[in-house]
Amino acid sequence: MLSAVGNGFVTVLRRMGSRTVTIIGWLGYATRFAVAVVQKSPAAFSRLSLTLREIYFSGVLSLVIILVSGLFVGMVLALQGYDVLQRYGAAESLGVLVALSLVRELGPVVSGLLFASRAGSAITAEIGLMKATEQLSAMEMMAVDPLARVVAPRFWGGIISMPLLAALFSTLGIFGAYLVGVKLIGIDAGAFWSNMQAGVDFRYDIVNGIIKSVVFGIAVSMLAVFEGYDAKPTAEGVSTATTRTVVESSLAILGLDFVLTVFMFRGVG
Amino acid sequence: MSSHAAPAPASFLAPAHPEYAVELEGVTFAYDRRPVLTGITMAVPRGGVVGIMGGSGCGKTTILRLIGGELQPKSGRVLVAGQSVPDLDRDELYRMRRKLGMLFQFGALFTDMSVYENVAFTLREHTDLTEELIRDLVLMKLHAVGLRGAARLMPSELSGGMARRVALARAIALDPMLVMYDEPFAGLDPISLGIVGQLIRRSSDALGITSLVVTHDIYESLKIVDYLYFVSAGKIIAQGTPDEVRASKDAFVRQFVDGAPDGPVPFHYPAAPYRSEILSRA
Repeated sequence: MLSAVGNGFVTVLRRMGSRTVTIIGWLGYATRFAVAVVQKSPAAFSRLSLTLREIYFSGVLSLVIILVSGLFVGMVLALQGYDVLQRYGAAESLGVLVALSLVRELGPVVSGLLFASRAGSAITAEIGLMKATEQLSAMEMMAVDPLARVVAPRFWGGIISMPLLAALFSTLGIFGAYLVGVKLIGIDAGAFWSNMQAGVDFRYDIVNGIIKSVVFGIAVSMLAVFEGYDAKPTAEGVSTATTRTVVESSLAILGLDFVLTVFMFRGVG
Repeated sequence: MSSHAAPAPASFLAPAHPEYAVELEGVTFAYDRRPVLTGITMAVPRGGVVGIMGGSGCGKTTILRLIGGELQPKSGRVLVAGQSVPDLDRDELYRMRRKLGMLFQFGALFTDMSVYENVAFTLREHTDLTEELIRDLVLMKLHAVGLRGAARLMPSELSGGMARRVALARAIALDPMLVMYDEPFAGLDPISLGIVGQLIRRSSDALGITSLVVTHDIYESLKIVDYLYFVSAGKIIAQGTPDEVRASKDAFVRQFVDGAPDGPVPFHYPAAPYRSEILSRA
């Protein structure tokens, strides 16, 4: 009886150890990959056309979903915000409420989540399929480094696109709030804009929002290229990698958002 | 015709023989603990067409990956043009690879580029040629494989045979010393199969390119190769010229040439005796 318990304990320990070693190995591999991508990054800028092409695919082609989502999020924020603010006689503060919500939080976070779903998944699927169809091996055998030629431009394309998309999301959101608050509900336009101008600080709110979106861009782009490069070269492997990109990116954005908010807005409390 | 762990040619024991483009000596390779190749010794003469034949999963493609430096042998030597491939650092390996071309099983064309862009790819990556010169070279290579008229098509618009021919044009774009073909005949109709076979032979005869063809298509390869190695379970078990192969009495070679479903390569995957397994339910 005792020896059976002992054997079971050893088996559990062995499995835990094996799992731990696997995770550490995977983390080491992922870190080496990230370092290699950064090292190969000069190639992405020495041939700017490669990176510009990726900005088009990641950024320009994501514009529709970002702009439409931003507009609707702003309109909903205005409706919900007005409902609460008017109870306290502060309906004129709608502009600043919407602007701060979008610039500080919703702009970077929601556009990051949409970017992960639209562009991150596309990057992973593209690189994964290139691997499955031996295009990456072919490139390697042609003495062309796939990290420099394929991965680095996509990584930087994502990083550059993300803050621009977040800025456009916030801009459209504010415009949507203006349509609902001023044009539909009838709040004074002067109060709407002047309160916003007075309440939003460039350094404290806008720059911090930009920093957040850059960090989210780095996280999503790195996860997307890594999952694609690490995908099993099968149809199932590529689909799994694509799903992992969206899930991991979403969790990373939400987790990083909390950490960044703690550091950026400590004075709030 | 020599068979069953054939001895290496005597000249092969020299450190690096100038008449060979590729030399493998006692090469052993394993994925983790699973052995894939054991004691592979072979040589590919410059300008020749050499075939590596064997069933699926016997380690043929692994030999190409070792020659290209994608994999490292556990032991033994892999020489390309006298250079020991496992000892090359990354820059040296890339320099060596510029002398190689490789045709992958399904072409591995870049799907976001046209046929023209695919063939121009290595020229743009590795040379400072003007666009006009690159255009002329690309059209010459495509003309050589009969697809000059398909230059503007995308890979998705090509048939399997056409994709293989474009991949060949891409592989020879930099006039390499050696081209390695991984299953170039797989899945092709008889006409495309004949065309690809002739293109491989012609690239050797007309351009002096050394060709190493990994295949399991015995009839097509016997038409074009100068020498054949038979690989089974990670070992070279027979080798010879096409005439020697045709006349061979070796059981493995005969099974391949005759296409017999059973023989040294068994029809059944290893299992418990049929009778005992069926009756064990009772």
